[in-house]
Amino acid sequence: MGKLVINHDLVTKENAKELTNICPFGAITYEDGKLDISSACKMCKLCVKKGGGLVTYEEEIKASVDKSEWRGICVYVDHHGDKIHRVTYELCGKACELAKVTGHPVYALVIGDALGESIKKLFWYGVDKIFVYDDPGYRDFRIEPYTAAFCDFINKVKPSSVMVGATNLGRQLAPRVAARCRSGLTADCTVLEMKENTDLVQIRPAFGGNIMAQIVSPDTRPQFCTVRYKVFPEPEPQKDRTGEPVKMDITPEMLRSDISVLSFTEKPKDIDISEADIIVAVGRGAMSEGIRAQAKELADLLGGVLACTRPLVEGNVLDAKHQIGLSGRTVKPKFIICLGISGAVQFAAGMKASDCIVAINTDKQAPIFDIAHYAVVGDVGEILPKLIAKIKEGSLDV
Amino acid sequence: MKILVCIKQVPGSSNVEVDPVTGVLKRDGISSKLNPYDLYSLELALSLAEKYGGEVETITMGPPQAKSIIDEAVCMGAKGGTVLSDRKFAGADVLATAYTISQGIKKCGEFDLIICGKQTTDGDTAQVGAEVSEFLNIPNVSNVLSVDAIEDKKLFVTASLDEKIVKMSINLPCLISAEGDINTPRLPSYKVKQTLTGDTARFFSFADFDDQNPDNYGLSGSATQVERIFPPEKNSEKAVIDGDAEEQSEALFELIRSKKLI
Repeated sequence: MGKLVINHDLVTKENAKELTNICPFGAITYEDGKLDISSACKMCKLCVKKGGGLVTYEEEIKASVDKSEWRGICVYVDHHGDKIHRVTYELCGKACELAKVTGHPVYALVIGDALGESIKKLFWYGVDKIFVYDDPGYRDFRIEPYTAAFCDFINKVKPSSVMVGATNLGRQLAPRVAARCRSGLTADCTVLEMKENTDLVQIRPAFGGNIMAQIVSPDTRPQFCTVRYKVFPEPEPQKDRTGEPVKMDITPEMLRSDISVLSFTEKPKDIDISEADIIVAVGRGAMSEGIRAQAKELADLLGGVLACTRPLVEGNVLDAKHQIGLSGRTVKPKFIICLGISGAVQFAAGMKASDCIVAINTDKQAPIFDIAHYAVVGDVGEILPKLIAKIKEGSLDV
Repeated sequence: MKILVCIKQVPGSSNVEVDPVTGVLKRDGISSKLNPYDLYSLELALSLAEKYGGEVETITMGPPQAKSIIDEAVCMGAKGGTVLSDRKFAGADVLATAYTISQGIKKCGEFDLIICGKQTTDGDTAQVGAEVSEFLNIPNVSNVLSVDAIEDKKLFVTASLDEKIVKMSINLPCLISAEGDINTPRLPSYKVKQTLTGDTARFFSFADFDDQNPDNYGLSGSATQVERIFPPEKNSEKAVIDGDAEEQSEALFELIRSKKLI
C-alpha cells in the first residue's frame, strides 16, 4: 500500500502536459498551473515510471493480520436441494492443488435445508472437513441468513482462502460476506496460485478481456474469490474417501430476513444465443435442410445452441433471435463452430471474441479463416455426419 | 418514493491493449460514456417513479468529469445527482469503492430503493452493489428481471437465480441490481439537454463524509492489490486441420473431447 506524491517543484508547463498524456485513465490534470491526480487514478504507476521524477510513489506500511491464525481453504458448496452444482467439484479440485503448497486442510461449507447423505460426496473430491448449516430457514436463498451463516463459519473456523462459484447466487453472497469481513474479493478468476506465505494469487481478465490482472490480498483474511463454471477441470472422484460432516449451531438471529420468497419456477431451456457457452453457427454454405438438421443435432449433442448469419434470417430459414453479427447478437462462447460461413466483417464483429473458433469452409480464402483458431478446409456435408457419428459413439464409452 | 440509481462512467471503448514489449497500457483516446448496463436500471427507476410517484436521483464515484453522466441521467428524467470525487478515493478496489459509495449515499439522505446495474463494462466484477447493501445494512437482490408491485413498504420482484426464476418480496429500504436487457431505455431528451444548467450535480469529497478515517478509502482502504497487468496469451497461431473428411472429423472429435464439451 502506498500513495502517489507530486513533486510540485519540478513541474513545468511542458512536462506537466506530457505527464497528463502518459496517464491512460486521464486521471492527471493540469489546470491553473496546478498538477493534480483525480480519483480516476487506477494506481498503475505509469506516471512514476515514465514521468521523469514528477511523481513518486511512497510506500506506506499497513497493519496486516496474523496470517498464521488463518488456516484452510474453504469451498462454498453451491447447490439446489440435493443437486450440487458441478462448479463446486471443480473448486474442490483446485483447492486441493492450492492446499498442497501450504499444507492447509480443504473445507466445504454447506448452507441449506434437509441436507441428505449426498453432501458426503464432497469427500470424494478431496474435501477434508464439511461444515453444515442445516435449517428450514435456509430452504430458499435469502441474502441475510446465508451471509450470517457464512460469517459465523468464518469467525469460528478462520479459513485463509474462500472460493465461491460465480453463479447468480455466488455473485451475491460472496461480495456481501467479503464486505462484512472487510476483506478482498476478486471476481471471475481464471488462474489461481498459492504462495508459501498463504497469499492467494488471483489472475483475471480486465477491461473486457484485453488485459490480465494479477491480484493479491496481502493484508486481510480470508481472501475471497469467485470462479466461473468450467474454468477449472473437475477432478476424478475418489470414492473411498469418507467422513462425518460437522453440524454447526444456528441461532434465531442468524435466520432473520427482510426477504420472503413467494414462488419459483424452473427456467425454460435458454435460447438466448448471447448467453450460450457453445454455439454451432450455420451460414450460406450450410443452408440446406439436411445440413441444418445435422447442425442442430450437433448443437444438441454439445449442449449448445444453433445460430446463423444474416442470409438465413433474411431467407426466413431461421428466426432473427438466432442471428450473430452487428445486426444480430454479439456472442462470446467458449466454443463456436462455424459451418459454411464466409466470415463477413459484420458477422465476425459479433463473434470474434469467442474463446475457441472452429471454421469449416470449402473456400480456403474465406475471411473466416483469419479469425478461426482451427481451420478446416473441407465440405461440411461430408465432415458433419462423420463428426456426429463419432460423438454419439464416443459418449457411449463414458 | 425516493429512488437512487448508482451509475458509472466507463471508457468509451473496451479497446485497451498492453504493449507486449514495454508493458504500457495503450488506449484509443480517453473517451468515456455512461455504463451501458446503467441505462436499464435508470429506465427501471424512472418507470417506477412514474407509476408510483416519486423521484429518481443518481450517484457516481469518479473524476469531476463524471458529472457528464449525471447530466445524461437528468436528460433521461432523473432529478439530479451526486459525484463522489476526491484524490483520496483513487485506486479503490471493490471494497473501498463500495464503502465510499455507501458513505456518499448516507450523506445524500434516505432512500426507499437503491438500484444498481448488473455490472460495469470496465471493471466487470458485478460485486459493488452487494457490498454497498452490506455497508448500508439493507437487504439486496441481484439479477432482478422486473419489479412487479410496490405495496405496504414492500417491493415485489421477479429475479433470475441460476436455474430458477424466483418471485419474492423485499422490505423497503432495499437495494436491487437489475439484469441487463430487461427494458428499452428511453432516449435522453434533447430539449432538457438544451436547457441544462450547471447545477445538476453536487460534489462530495472525503471531507463531507461521516467516516473521517482515510485508511478506509482509495488504495489504503483496498484489500486487494494489483501486482501486475499483462497481455493475455493470444491464440495468433492458427491450427489447420488437414486430411480427408474422415481425418478432419476425427481431429474435430478429439478437439471437442479435449475441450470437455462431451
